[in-house]
Amino acid sequence: MALKGNLRDFNTTQLLNLINLARKTGALTIQSQGTDAKMYFKEGKLIHATASGQDGDLTHLLLKAGKLSEEQSKQIHARAGEVSEKELALYLINAGLVTQNDVVQSVKDQVLNVIYRLFTWEEGVFYFEPNQLPPAGQITVPIDLENVIMEGSRRVKEWERLQEELPNLDMALKFTDRPSAKLRNVNLTVEEWRVISFINPRNTIRQIAQSNNMSEFQIRKIVYGMLQAGLVELVRPEGAEARPLIPPGREQPVERPPAVKRSVINRLIDRIRRL
Amino acid sequence: MQTVKMVITGPFNSGKTQFIRTISEIDVVSTDRKITSDSERVKEETTVAMDFGRITVDEDLVLYLFGTPGQKRFDFMWEILSEGMLGFIVLIDSSRPETFREARRILEIFRGYAPTPYVVAANKQDLPDAWDPEDLRIALKIDPKVKVVPCLAKDKESVKSVLLELLYAILEEMDAEQK
Ligand SMILES: Nc1nc2c(ncn2[C@@H]2O[C@H](COP(=O)(O)OP(=O)(O)OP(=O)(O)O)[C@@H](O)[C@H]2O)c(=O)[nH]1
Ligand SMILES: [Mg+2]
Repeated sequence: MALKGNLRDFNTTQLLNLINLARKTGALTIQSQGTDAKMYFKEGKLIHATASGQDGDLTHLLLKAGKLSEEQSKQIHARAGEVSEKELALYLINAGLVTQNDVVQSVKDQVLNVIYRLFTWEEGVFYFEPNQLPPAGQITVPIDLENVIMEGSRRVKEWERLQEELPNLDMALKFTDRPSAKLRNVNLTVEEWRVISFINPRNTIRQIAQSNNMSEFQIRKIVYGMLQAGLVELVRPEGAEARPLIPPGREQPVERPPAVKRSVINRLIDRIRRL
Repeated sequence: MQTVKMVITGPFNSGKTQFIRTISEIDVVSTDRKITSDSERVKEETTVAMDFGRITVDEDLVLYLFGTPGQKRFDFMWEILSEGMLGFIVLIDSSRPETFREARRILEIFRGYAPTPYVVAANKQDLPDAWDPEDLRIALKIDPKVKVVPCLAKDKESVKSVLLELLYAILEEMDAEQK
């Protein structure tokens, strides 16, 4: 019997439960709203997952995890060419740039990122291809489905709550003006740093997420945390209509500040002198 | 409203946090993150202190001061932080020559990001072992056109003078471009 259908009738949780209990081996594809996700299973364990629109490149994952520098990532990416993921990982480990654990953790995070997103999909066609395994050079990390299902269900709830708290990602952010807002020596994660550096009334939350290659869930969570902490507030984006949407990609700055005028510098000088 | 920013960088422990704390109008605090119960957040331990200060000029103009984090592995954030900066300040602990090489490296990296003006602040001038700014200039091979300013990060007047030197350098640069 072919395993195919629509998430409307048989949702992600149920699908994963089935694969787990039947200890299935093969590839599950789910298509929804223009996104394709493909997951591979071996004897009921999740071993790999990819999704369109999600950057699964190993050097990028390691960069994101803070294990490689921007420079290293760029150079390796440019040179890696046709090398398989496994070969590349071996090279990086042998060169002492990263540890095996770094690689496993990064790949695992990426796989989980893909699969957790699926829990929020209410609709989408799926089909299971028995015995299909990922390409040979692909790094696979076996992950127990029980944990994934529990965490996924928990996230659905959190997701629903975040969506209520922060329904509109087309709003922009600005730092709070309240003098009581205390912004110094704030402890931030790498992800929060990335978001902070893009905060500007001209950039929508969605654009910040795209520029940082973050999922809606990730950005919602970070922004929600900052809102709760009183660091930022929501504002209507400035000049939203006139501006073309910025395509994702870190090398493109979301917003270049306009050229600074002499008078601005003079005002700064005046102000600092009077401090 | 226009916001502009300056980046305060320098080796580990050179006084970046102190520098920003002395001049910023906003107070010290640590955030209490409400959403932390997330098993996906493997990077919980990599939490990093980011220095962040603000000087409001008037209703239409705000200056942000960003301090780079000390830990080396966050170097990749530098480029993002430096985007669109007016200029930067390289803070150096003048009493610790073992950090000069690193200071030089940081300076070169930041110069590579943008051709913006910068000044070098020879911090901790109150310490008996502090090197003289002019000696620092030689040790660090600083371009004669770049200012090396003595600094006491805990002293407001001193921090002001460093910021002003950078602003003067920016003005000079603008003048030079005009010609
Ligand atoms: N004597 C003296 N001590 C200073 C001065 N400026 C900073 N310090 C001290 O130097 C130490 C480091 O200062 P921080 O401001 O934490 O340095 P930092 O550059 O932010 O350090 P990291 O963020 O860890 O890289 C602290 O103990 C400060 O009190 C100064 O002008 N004179
Ligand atoms: Mg510091």
